[in-house]
Amino acid sequence: MSLHDQDDLALRHAQEERLRAAWEPPRGLFLRWTDTNNNRVGVWYTLTAFGFMLFAGVLALIMRTQLAVPDNDLVSPATFNQLFTLHGSAMMFLFAVPMFEAVSIILLPQLLGARDLPFPRLSAFGYWSFLLGGVFVLGSIFFNVAPDGGWFMYPPFTTRTDLSGLGADIWMLGLSFIEVSSVAAAVELIVGILKFRPPGMRLNLMPLYAWYILVVAVMILFAFPPLIAGDLLFEMERLLGWPFFDASKGGDPLLWQHLFWIFGHPEVYIIFLPSIALFAMLVPTFSQRHLLGYPYIVLAAVGTAFLSFGLWVHHMFATGLPKISLAFFSAASQAVVIPTGVQIFALIATIAAGRVIFSTPMLYATGSLAIFVIGGLTGVMVAIVPFDWQAHDTYFVVAHLHYVLIGGTLLPLIAGLYYYWPLITGKKLSDKLGRTAFWIMFAGANLTFFPMHFSGLLGMPRRVVTYSAELGIGWLNMLSTAGSYVFAAGMLVVVVDLCLSPRRAKAARNPWNAGTLEWLALPEDENWGIRSVPLIETRYPIWDQPDFMRKVDEGRFFLPDAEEGRRETISTTVLDARPLAVVRLGGPSWLPMMTAFALGGVFIFTTYHLYWAALASGFLTLAVTLRWLWTTAEIPEKPLKPIGHGLELPLYISGPQAPGWWAMFITMIADATAFSGLVFGYYFFWTIHPEFPPPWADGPGLGWPMIALAITLAGWVATIMARTMNKRDAALPTRLLLGAAGLLSVLAIPAGLAGPWLSGLDPTAHSYPAIVWTLAIWTVAHSGVGAIAQFYALARSLAGRMTAQYDADIRNVTLYHHFMVFTAIVTWCTLGLFPEVA
Amino acid sequence: MGSRNTLSHLAKPIVSGAGLALLSGCNRHQSALAPFGEDAAAIEHLTIVMVVGAVVIAIALALLMRWAVKSPEGSLTLISGERLIVILGAILPAVLLLGLLVYSLPQMRPHPVEAADLKIDVTGEQFWWRVRYAPPGGEPVISANAIRIPVGRTVLFRLTASDVVHSFWIPGLAGKMDMIPGRVNELPVKATKPGVYRGQCTEFCGLSHAWMAFEVVAMEPAAFDRWLAAERRPAKPIDGRGRALFASYGCGGCHAIGGTDQSGTVGPDLTHIAARRSIGAGALPVTQDALVRFIRASSEVKPGSRMPAFPQMSEGDARDIARYLGELR
Repeated sequence: MSLHDQDDLALRHAQEERLRAAWEPPRGLFLRWTDTNNNRVGVWYTLTAFGFMLFAGVLALIMRTQLAVPDNDLVSPATFNQLFTLHGSAMMFLFAVPMFEAVSIILLPQLLGARDLPFPRLSAFGYWSFLLGGVFVLGSIFFNVAPDGGWFMYPPFTTRTDLSGLGADIWMLGLSFIEVSSVAAAVELIVGILKFRPPGMRLNLMPLYAWYILVVAVMILFAFPPLIAGDLLFEMERLLGWPFFDASKGGDPLLWQHLFWIFGHPEVYIIFLPSIALFAMLVPTFSQRHLLGYPYIVLAAVGTAFLSFGLWVHHMFATGLPKISLAFFSAASQAVVIPTGVQIFALIATIAAGRVIFSTPMLYATGSLAIFVIGGLTGVMVAIVPFDWQAHDTYFVVAHLHYVLIGGTLLPLIAGLYYYWPLITGKKLSDKLGRTAFWIMFAGANLTFFPMHFSGLLGMPRRVVTYSAELGIGWLNMLSTAGSYVFAAGMLVVVVDLCLSPRRAKAARNPWNAGTLEWLALPEDENWGIRSVPLIETRYPIWDQPDFMRKVDEGRFFLPDAEEGRRETISTTVLDARPLAVVRLGGPSWLPMMTAFALGGVFIFTTYHLYWAALASGFLTLAVTLRWLWTTAEIPEKPLKPIGHGLELPLYISGPQAPGWWAMFITMIADATAFSGLVFGYYFFWTIHPEFPPPWADGPGLGWPMIALAITLAGWVATIMARTMNKRDAALPTRLLLGAAGLLSVLAIPAGLAGPWLSGLDPTAHSYPAIVWTLAIWTVAHSGVGAIAQFYALARSLAGRMTAQYDADIRNVTLYHHFMVFTAIVTWCTLGLFPEVA
Repeated sequence: MGSRNTLSHLAKPIVSGAGLALLSGCNRHQSALAPFGEDAAAIEHLTIVMVVGAVVIAIALALLMRWAVKSPEGSLTLISGERLIVILGAILPAVLLLGLLVYSLPQMRPHPVEAADLKIDVTGEQFWWRVRYAPPGGEPVISANAIRIPVGRTVLFRLTASDVVHSFWIPGLAGKMDMIPGRVNELPVKATKPGVYRGQCTEFCGLSHAWMAFEVVAMEPAAFDRWLAAERRPAKPIDGRGRALFASYGCGGCHAIGGTDQSGTVGPDLTHIAARRSIGAGALPVTQDALVRFIRASSEVKPGSRMPAFPQMSEGDARDIARYLGELR
């Protein structure tokens, strides 16, 4: 195929037909839900998250109604506690984080000129998990069993089953399930950004949205796992009585607070940075110039991410920690103002340098920036330790966090909604309704939350079902309540605007005259994403690359065809985006939904103590997952495929070049982070106890942990040797070694459990045996998964799906075992050696 | 508290004047803006300085934004734009925040506490406050749900919790401090103005979190010493139906009344309950009707309260017990 072939109109039509056929969405009442295409899944995801947000907003309205006058008894305390817990939890876990992932699922492939995300079925899995988990958690309020411990669920209130009912389990298990899907989405987004950029789009040409999503997804990778580790400890205490947070048995409630806020503070930036990302897309468009200070804004985003992991203690200033650490965390909290300032001033500088078009999205952007700045300034105040001692856990903080979240997440998302609606539907939303809604919401937000600064300083604690008339804050609360209804009315106008959209006419293509790739989308959306994958030379190719749109549309760039009728896209190198391979993507399938529901079963059955059903669901999850995996790393019918311009790319890659390898690597980093959360628990207990392990407790001894470690190491060596043998095309030794390695991994399980078992450590007696058992179980469970992986590679080899050339499976399995060995060394040395030296 | 910068001296009358006008009518008993202690006063000062700074910055940013929107295309070049980003976005905030830290962090330094200072142990319980005065050289005095402190003397609160996390907050006196099971947190304070104030639990602790408050009475030192001596004394020896009923309903299983054989420690000590200004940790005033209501069904007043209801108790019995309690001053 040469350049001039694309002059042939008939050829182009034939290509389009083939592309259309390959990307044909499944139709029919049931089959349509098996779709995995990012356009479809992303829209479901966004609508679901938007729906959850509206639901959580209604919960807030009920609370505000209760608080309108002092000593009110409209809502019982039991209900009120469920309302505020669910409102906060839903806004955080079911709206803010999933919303950014949902929007990114829609936008990212468009921004990167890819046809879809690297693992479309993984997105679908994430969506179904999210839907199931969200309905499970939110639905609980209709049965009066919703979680009622506040969105940070501080033990021991929440771990004591006599004080907190089923709701606490619903929170822990339901949201853990969603956290798993959030991490899955993060893996997908990172791989998408690193490996699926169009040729020529070096990292420094990447649209800022992609930079931000990369930063945020990496943050999720390090922030969510500690919470998942905390959830695990939490449920072990609730379901089995292992006393991690019970001070009477050597536990400490503060361990949870640390694990929660190590997650919880980065979380704030996880939901705020994507909004700046949206601004960084729409501000250049409406200033009609490049964003000023691109390198500064990238550095600032990365800097914010780093700093955000060093601030968590500012949520714990009143817990009595040493003054020196309070001072450190106070200074670190102030420091985050600097990268935030850089980002905001980069936007302002762009506006000043450009020719501003004050469109509806721009109105939302500037308005939300104003609200965010107020929240940021009160943020500086609460980061000052003495002031925080007054403001902490009062309505002042409620005011602060809502200013930050409304200015930093909600209104920016609506700016994004008005900006990107034409991209998704081909139609513009109404400027009139949009501006009306903005002013109503802007007034409502300020009326609701500004008085709360005062009600807090005048003595109103957070999370109170009512307050005494003698505090004299009734009128402030009345203002807040009135404001909340005003705000809701504004949101209603937005919803009306959305509902009217289907009746409106299509807008022109690229209606805002933007410069970035996503605006190549046609008003009549084609499922294929992009007609041909362009060669990128600038940051704003539609503006700066001559004739760009026409060349893309006429298939004059890469991969303009789908000759084999398969869904394909181009994978490139991480740093400079040189083309590496054509990757074939998974199409519509029931597997993601089935896996999500099976895994959901594990969490939901455990909530109701139906352990056999949970176990059965676990086996079902394993079976479906293996079936799903079996379809991956498919051996292509030919090794190379031409993609135009005389370029031929392989259809199969493995190892560090391959998206699958990266997904495994990133997943294992998340896994190792969760593990370090547990290890942190062990050493945390050591720091709070004068003697740890307690002198009366016999540890697991030195012998068995060392044997378990030796077996794991042997299994690891065997796996590496199997990889080498496979490379040499020696099938028999490969298979023997894989079998042996699998058996060794299985053996590591009893060897690991023997130490704590034989020494009679009772995990319900004290935090020490409990954390020893937890680390041991975590590690042997990983050995178990490692064994399954090794036997899986063996089966693939036996089935002829893994050969010397097509070796993705064994390379990924080896990668898993590198991390496995790390886990085993840390666990068995901690359990076996640390008591010797402590 | 030593000298402050001049900006805040100029600003204080303006801000507090506006604040007072706005908040007139608000109660001054549980307010961080009506301090009666050294720490709260210092924090109020800090608050005013920061609010003034925040308002100035917000206005400056709004003006800058207005200029950015109105300015013609090309008002900034790449170079001047990047300079703006670095100077206003990074250098200026760094300088301002460094100043704020240098100004604010020394205020974390606590009052020095000496062995001769009064210590008060307060334990948060669902949903009340166990109070134990430990005066230097004297026997401890047990009380509940009300705290009295001498003006002008350093007092050290030692705070913990028995069941779940609570938080101890007397906004007019000082910042809050969490009460965490298994840990003892120290909060030294010094009251400056006598009066009756209010404190409240600020860490969500369950169904009656909203009704877990207490009164705080700051007294002249001499009056305080007299009061403590009186508080130490056992209850007045009152005989009558109420006292007998108190025993026969088993109230002493949880409550103690000093000088009688009623010595439970599960619930609040009632030796001088009538001398307090509220019952149920700020839930109701000390009246006969309120006492009757609380005795018969405390969980109607305070949901989740561990005190059992006495549906079989007649109104008359409840009144007699209430009358007895009403005399325990």
